[in-house]
Amino acid sequence: MTVNMKNIALFAAVALMFVITGQMQSWNVSLTVMNMGLISAIMALGVNMQWGYAGLFNIGVMGFVALGGLATVITSVPPVHEAWAAGGGRMMLALAAGAGTIGAAILAFKRLKKGMARTLTILAVLIGGFFVYRALFDPAAGAIEAINPASTGFLGGLGLPILIAWPVGGLLAAVAAWAIGKTALGLRSDYLAIATLGIAEIIIAVLKNEDWLARGVKNVISLPRPVPYEVNLQRSEAFVARMQGWGFDPVTASSIVVKLCYAGLFLAVLLLLIWMSEMALKSPWGRMMRAIRDNEVAAEAMGKDVTRRHLQIFILGSAVIGIAGAMMTTMDSQLTPGTYQPLRFTFLIWVMVIVGGSGNNWGAVLGAFLIWFLWVQVEPIGNWLMGVITMGLPDGSVIKAHLVDSAAHMRLLTMGVVLLLVLRFSPRGLIPER
Amino acid sequence: MDFANAFVALANYVIIPASSYGAQLALGALGVTLIYGILRFSNFAHGDTMAFGTMVTILVTWLFQGWGVGLGPLPTALLALPVGIVATAALVLATDRAVYRFYRKQKAAPVILVIVSMGVMFIMNGVTRFIIGVEEQNFADGERFVINARDFKEWTGLAEGLALRTTTVITLVTAIAVVVALFWFLNRTRTGKSMRAYSDNEDLALLSGINPERVVMVTWIIVAGLATIAGTLYGLDKSFKPFTYFQLLLPIFASAIVGGLGNPIGAIAGGFVIAFSEVTVTYAFKKVLGYALPEALAPDGLVQLLSTDYKFAVSFTILIIVLLFKPTGLFKGQSV
Repeated sequence: MTVNMKNIALFAAVALMFVITGQMQSWNVSLTVMNMGLISAIMALGVNMQWGYAGLFNIGVMGFVALGGLATVITSVPPVHEAWAAGGGRMMLALAAGAGTIGAAILAFKRLKKGMARTLTILAVLIGGFFVYRALFDPAAGAIEAINPASTGFLGGLGLPILIAWPVGGLLAAVAAWAIGKTALGLRSDYLAIATLGIAEIIIAVLKNEDWLARGVKNVISLPRPVPYEVNLQRSEAFVARMQGWGFDPVTASSIVVKLCYAGLFLAVLLLLIWMSEMALKSPWGRMMRAIRDNEVAAEAMGKDVTRRHLQIFILGSAVIGIAGAMMTTMDSQLTPGTYQPLRFTFLIWVMVIVGGSGNNWGAVLGAFLIWFLWVQVEPIGNWLMGVITMGLPDGSVIKAHLVDSAAHMRLLTMGVVLLLVLRFSPRGLIPER
Repeated sequence: MDFANAFVALANYVIIPASSYGAQLALGALGVTLIYGILRFSNFAHGDTMAFGTMVTILVTWLFQGWGVGLGPLPTALLALPVGIVATAALVLATDRAVYRFYRKQKAAPVILVIVSMGVMFIMNGVTRFIIGVEEQNFADGERFVINARDFKEWTGLAEGLALRTTTVITLVTAIAVVVALFWFLNRTRTGKSMRAYSDNEDLALLSGINPERVVMVTWIIVAGLATIAGTLYGLDKSFKPFTYFQLLLPIFASAIVGGLGNPIGAIAGGFVIAFSEVTVTYAFKKVLGYALPEALAPDGLVQLLSTDYKFAVSFTILIIVLLFKPTGLFKGQSV
């Protein structure tokens, strides 16, 4: 069997799993899993760019996903005019003051000569700037959050179509990646890992606590949708007539049609990104990246600016993750900062990339579908398994209840085992790099 | 102005909590730093190793409580701690045999080992959740306070109370004992010296006949001990929740890196630096300043630099500053 046939067979096998789910459970479930699989595939593409092309170890995926989510809110939600009137201007001023302070400190660091004077100047700028920032920020945030806190209490967004949020999400993630890459790249690989882990936690903390920005843990719900609503489809006589003509139940059909619309949008983005990354990988730029990954010293000796290239690919990969984050929030129609978990959004994506085959875009995509499918389906399987194991135990036994309750945690175990097995026995993944 | 009260308030809310948190972080960071020094990778499973050790300790504590065995005023968990350490040591040794040794023999790149440790983290996290669940567990028993706030007020006549919790004292005493024992071991015993030699220069150590597998085994056992003690102390002091232990990774790594990865003294210093900065920056100084300043200057606001939800930002910022200006850490570590 040639390599290409094997890859097609692998994808066909994954497709078959979705078909079986559709037949055995329901097409709705199958499509829901597939949509999230498409989004995961894009996240995996981003991680694969960083790890597979350049060997950068980013474990802050969750943070970039969340920034994408934030982008949907600040792009698509209509602006809250009262809040802007109450504190919008002051808030912008405060943020500008904060950015200005950091800029001034960096400027002082670069321009002044090394020594006591520089340290003191930087400290003075930072401390003074912090108090100015807080003096502007606190009343502004208070004023904004006081406006109708039960339903708004935040600045709102720009009221633009939500599809625009996708590139905006990429942009936000890129800016964050630039800041983190500037500081942590060029140091040991583990340091980038710790730095990204930290920035992800901080981004989540900001989303949870800054109510003026996106309502914090009060969540922003019913974001606008790029696809029709189920209810509207069910009301449309043409739709109902056509679905009944084809012999479908209009209610089920409406939700399937909506999911298919999403799937179409996601698939378009995914294919575009795969095409772009494949082209990039084949270009001289891609060869340079792999040369840097395989031997940094040699590449540097050839005159390649390793740190700069690393920064570039780190930003690109993070932007892709940000786009996926915006897409996910769009599909959920709500931003819920409380649901971002590092195990789910960072480490699971890593498992996808490693299992699929790092360095190979198709591998990352395959891994994403496969692992996401497993992640969703392990729980019912675990429940069933626990049912079988505990069959011999009497009802009401403490051990039985505990085992059945714990079935949900089978997921983490399974993922860990899958990751370790792949790393050990097939370290290049299901579809290895060419 | 009332400096006595100001100092008591400061001690009660900043110095005492930060010291015990610092000791816990230092013990955690020591484990990370030892693994880094000997096995040469950042162990992301450390937080979950701590959680596993603590979980075993908790289960044994419950067993002892059920039997009515206890230590009187001291928490029963101290009695259960050795069992926890043995179980954790068995777990990490089994993990090493089943997982890490393969990559060590292959001389795999450190970053591969980091990813492998991520897989181990998943499994340990899963096992912990599987056995004890995700809920918060409180397992501290015995006397709650060495000095409680009301007695202190009556005793000194000050308006501010000072509470010294038993867990704080236990944390500090245990941490000091453990650190002294560890340094004695590393500096005075043959095995400890061979560990340091191995950490300094692997090839030379191998040439002089040091058995690497033995060094690695001893390291894992010590790390299991440190992780279990750190985890149990943290759990006694606050409470046990698997996810919190995972989140401790960031401050622990920050401590280890700030002190200089691979340097045990650095890990201890780093732990306290991180803990004191975190508590100081997130504490509302209204009360302390209210006492310390003349009445006219007393602050209206909370005088809290950052809300407690941003405590991760503190460890992170310190980490970044150290990485930018002194990438090898405050005490010279191995990293470049």
